[in-house]
Amino acid sequence: MNAESIGWWGVPIGILAGAIRGGTPFLLVSLGECLTEKSGKINLGLEGVLLMGAMTAYAISYKSGSPWVGVMAAGIAGAVLGSIHAFLVSRPKVNDIAAGIAMLLFGTGFAFYLGKPFIQPSAPQLPGISLGGWSHLPQIAAALKISPLFVLGVIIAFIMRWVFRSTRWGMQVRAVGDSPAAARAMGVSVSKTRFICIVAGSAMGGIGGAHLSLFYPGAWTEAISSGQGLMAVALVIFARWNPVQCLWASLLFGGAQAVGPSLQAVGINTGYYLWNASPYVLTLLVMIITCSNKRTLAGAPGALGAGS
Amino acid sequence: MKINRRIFLTAAAALTALQVTSLYAADKVTMGFIYVGPKDDYGYNQAHAEGCAGVQKLSWVKGVEEASVAETTAVQETMRNMINLDGAQVIFPTSFGYFDPHILKVAKQYPKVQFLHCGGMYTEGKHPANVGSYFGYIDEAVYVSGVVAGHATKSGKLGFIAAKPIPQVLRNINAFTLGARSANPKATVQVIFTGDWSMPVKEAEAATSLINQGVDVLTCHVDSPKVILETAERRGIYVCGYHADGSKLAPKGYLTGGEWNWSKVYTDYAEKVKAGKSLMAGTIPHLVRGGLKEGFVKCSNYGPAVDESAKKDAEAAKAKFMDGTMVIFKGPLKDNAGKEIIPSGKEYKQQDLELESMGWLVEGVLGSTKS
Repeated sequence: MNAESIGWWGVPIGILAGAIRGGTPFLLVSLGECLTEKSGKINLGLEGVLLMGAMTAYAISYKSGSPWVGVMAAGIAGAVLGSIHAFLVSRPKVNDIAAGIAMLLFGTGFAFYLGKPFIQPSAPQLPGISLGGWSHLPQIAAALKISPLFVLGVIIAFIMRWVFRSTRWGMQVRAVGDSPAAARAMGVSVSKTRFICIVAGSAMGGIGGAHLSLFYPGAWTEAISSGQGLMAVALVIFARWNPVQCLWASLLFGGAQAVGPSLQAVGINTGYYLWNASPYVLTLLVMIITCSNKRTLAGAPGALGAGS
Repeated sequence: MKINRRIFLTAAAALTALQVTSLYAADKVTMGFIYVGPKDDYGYNQAHAEGCAGVQKLSWVKGVEEASVAETTAVQETMRNMINLDGAQVIFPTSFGYFDPHILKVAKQYPKVQFLHCGGMYTEGKHPANVGSYFGYIDEAVYVSGVVAGHATKSGKLGFIAAKPIPQVLRNINAFTLGARSANPKATVQVIFTGDWSMPVKEAEAATSLINQGVDVLTCHVDSPKVILETAERRGIYVCGYHADGSKLAPKGYLTGGEWNWSKVYTDYAEKVKAGKSLMAGTIPHLVRGGLKEGFVKCSNYGPAVDESAKKDAEAAKAKFMDGTMVIFKGPLKDNAGKEIIPSGKEYKQQDLELESMGWLVEGVLGSTKS
């Protein structure tokens, strides 16, 4: 029981903690989307993947008693949905945006359908990594209790940067995304590379869902994602297809989610609808700033949206 | 199989027989229930689904349910399906946002079907005759929660996570605050509005922020209190439930909570419909209300952290509600900006429609109804 109040310090601490807690699903989904888009395809179905991952992780954790098995199952569920999307977009004349929206609706509906019996039970949660042991304030200790999946996301972000920059495989992915014709001439299989990227990206999205249901907020409900999977797609554009920038962008979006509640907690009550909308406003701003018909975006894979 | 004359005749006869049985089954009362979210959310929808399960125990009632119906034209489709396909005579669209325009529109198309809306939006004369409204004075149970919370708090800071600043929500916030301040006159209630009925991430964020500010008892008015109950339990503070019994989610910190008892309300309606009464004939009242005394609402059993003095005060308040002498909103009462809202000597009884359009927060609430 803590009787101490930290007053105004609650706002920065809340935003910082919210950035890490709330940013994790953004991070994992945006890394998955980043990988997918680097290979030249878009997967808008990641919102459905996120929900499917959240539901699967919760259900399997509840049934098996081990949250880690749940995380693995979420990854597998994401990969399965991803393979459907990958198969669809590998067919000729299939539009990846339309297929993605279909997958979004399918994943969402399927997760709701299978998830009905798991809304009520309480599943075992992932243990947090405590980095706040040095502080006597319970608020700081709680804020610095970090999700292991956040750590996983940070590691994946740096590995992905290294892979894209300095490995043969990473170069192949970039070649496939920038110029499929050139990649084909090099002897790289475009469809196989894209298949692997989409499946791996969806698996990450599924694990992002596991963070929602097994760590924060730590429950399976149908409203759990509230569009975070779609925002993560915008976030990849914001991050210029750079995995490490995806990390910073995710923290920013996660922090934006926490602004409204933490300001109200210290008694600032005006404009809370506006503050609550800040992640969405941020998404819109990103789109407005980055969209221009005069130039293509720096860093955008050349074949993205080209239908080839 | 070749369809010959004999098979055709048998099939036709069977169909006729079916028709006859369904005519005979007409003394069965078919009731449709529509929920905005899933049926087992530990919250608002679960409370109604339990009510539906309760009324279905009567052998002559057939309950038809549909969950997770959005407050859009989707609910109109659901209502029409229940009427046309299931033959529903009475429909209970339970969510606040179903009323206008959806219920009003469908009610005009089906003047023989009765529509009962949960909430305080029906106005006599303005709305169709086959529409009625029912609601419970759950603020009585919330007041009792407040009394227990006022005893339990050490910091004197209580937190209330609410969805939207509408009268029903404000009434609960005010009742909780008045209850808490009856036990601890210095207690304050910090309110956070999340903006919508089901926002799990924002609710967790709000709970965390309040706990960081030193709040040591939380309660809420959102569709599903699950995330808030679990967050409070994880951080080791006390919590009062809402809508349904949440003690399983917070075995250590759960104090008590306001719960609905819809099976009683639905059973009453079913019996009236069976007896041939209706809203249109004026034999079922358009407004049905009730509190602890009428059995519309109840309080959760006390959790392990509730001490004897708190129980004594809470039981005393409950007893006064039961014998009808308790008035929650009575003068002199100031709002949290210092303005007098109820002058000394004036009382608002629970039935006062004035309370159903409440737009103020009482002294002791930290927060504002302005968005």
